[in-house]
Amino acid sequence: MSEAVYTPVTASSSSFGGSRPALVAFTIRLVREKPLGAVGGAVFLVFLLCGIFADFLAPYGVNETNMAVRLQAPSWDFPLGTDHLGRDVLSRILMGAQLSMIVAFLAAGLATVVSLTIGVVSGYFGGKTDMVVQRGVDAWMTFPDLVLLIVIISVVGPGIVQIVVVLGLLYGIGGSRIVRGAVISVKENMYTHAAQSIGARTWHILIRHIVPNVMPVVIVLFTTRIGAVILTEAGLSFLGLGVPPPAPTWGSMLSGTGRTYMYLGAWLALAPGLCLTIVVYAINVYGDALRDLLDPRMRGSQ
Amino acid sequence: MQAYIARRLLALVPTLLFVSLIVFVSMRLIPGDVIDLMLAQNDIATGQDRARIEAALGLDQPVYVQYFAWLGSVATGDFGRSLWSNVPVTEQLLATMPITFELGFLALIVALTVALPIGVYSAVRQDTAGDYITRSFSLVMLAVPGFWLGTLVMVFPSVWWRWAPELEYTPFLEDPIRNLKHLIVPAILLGLSMSAVTMRMTRTMMLEVLRQDYIRTARAKGVGEALLILRHALRNGLIPVVTLIGLQAPLLIGGAVIFEQIFVVPGMGLLLLEAVFQRDYPVVSGVFLVAGASILLINLLVDLSYGWLDPKVRHQ
Repeated sequence: MSEAVYTPVTASSSSFGGSRPALVAFTIRLVREKPLGAVGGAVFLVFLLCGIFADFLAPYGVNETNMAVRLQAPSWDFPLGTDHLGRDVLSRILMGAQLSMIVAFLAAGLATVVSLTIGVVSGYFGGKTDMVVQRGVDAWMTFPDLVLLIVIISVVGPGIVQIVVVLGLLYGIGGSRIVRGAVISVKENMYTHAAQSIGARTWHILIRHIVPNVMPVVIVLFTTRIGAVILTEAGLSFLGLGVPPPAPTWGSMLSGTGRTYMYLGAWLALAPGLCLTIVVYAINVYGDALRDLLDPRMRGSQ
Repeated sequence: MQAYIARRLLALVPTLLFVSLIVFVSMRLIPGDVIDLMLAQNDIATGQDRARIEAALGLDQPVYVQYFAWLGSVATGDFGRSLWSNVPVTEQLLATMPITFELGFLALIVALTVALPIGVYSAVRQDTAGDYITRSFSLVMLAVPGFWLGTLVMVFPSVWWRWAPELEYTPFLEDPIRNLKHLIVPAILLGLSMSAVTMRMTRTMMLEVLRQDYIRTARAKGVGEALLILRHALRNGLIPVVTLIGLQAPLLIGGAVIFEQIFVVPGMGLLLLEAVFQRDYPVVSGVFLVAGASILLINLLVDLSYGWLDPKVRHQ
């Protein structure tokens, strides 16, 4: 699907990250044409801001235990209740948002760089290089994401750096296919041939002609990866293989010792899962809208 | 057809080799001190045992020798023994594999019974309220984490109605009813989480097929609407959906890990998790390899099923 003839869609696409007016114009277009996507983007932005300012917003210390108020139902003092150690759930949710966002942006960023590197090399050089790289990608994608992650984390140990690197590699290698497809189309364009025939150096062609023209694909890829990374990181934390405790990740708040107390305080089971669902839903609709606007040819692909 | 199957099997070999290389390399990444940890955990901290474990993991030989020795034994079905229980890994895999496959199979049935009718309905009634509702539902399902659904099913029925899902595994041959009563809840949840993507895909494909000329021809010659959709449209729309099922196999196995953990199903996922926490690396690498190989196999079966679904493929 992504190997269809590819031409850059919007004239402003290459200046997307740069000039401010283009960004403003794009946002206006997003709100007009894809209102649901715009709402998704706004909701995600709220979570992002909550994450950034979590330290100021959290009413209590994140690991501040107070046995006198353990397992309190939601009230004015504790809007989302307290857990079995008397920790304020709202504070933990906010700090959890921070952790999720840090992991999401770093891992999705790394994934994008990896996808771009592999995709550009494999797609532009083609031939034997492409053959070998693609068989490697095939084999890598054979493994179930979660199984691959569990095994690698078991080997390198849990921790925020490991999670970021492993998730970045996992989604980066998977996503390289999409970039490769776009590169293969772009390199057949007249301007690439022109650059080649006037003897431009390869790296110059890659940086100045290929990369800017696959940027729309890359931006969409980055956005959709954020949702995937947040969900996967939560799953790993849930299994006890994410960022180690007492760090308040949304995944770990639903697992471990907290689980037994959910029968006494059902509110403990709601907030983290609801936040995950909302944030991932929001970024997914935003990503879909972005894809439709930036790159209609990717519609329907992952 | 036989030649086709043989060709497909042959094409699997290079990918399988790469897969084995990934498993091998990731096991080689285990830092040395992990052996110390294993020794400490097993309470047998003598130098002899260290040498024994190093020999068991083959760490005392050059890397390429290790790889081919390991590949040779794996090819003959020998994955070594568990460092924890000393039971052969192959035996553990054979005991847990059918359970995971049963769970996956049930989940697949659930996913298809939910996704196909709704996907077809959504396409036939494009842009009606029903279409919007089912589409929004599938978008939400894509965002709901499976482990949260599992947690909700564990907690709320028990708080509200004093009902809790079965958590005790009974072998199918011993008591099929109890076995199904245990597996049906995780299977439904796993199936639901898979159905979202399948539903979207079925809808897209049906929409595409319904616009084709032959559908208009069939309609013009007076074929009934039900027959038209089932015989003419669905069968052709199904081909990419079947591909998608193959692509979702990794999700199915990955999801099985989560639901096996929540509902205490003693399948490969639970085996993997326990092995990971006990740092039982022969078991980890065994499950890892089997998971990769089964996905390759599922995709092979998917490719072969095209021949049945689409006569055009058969004659190529």
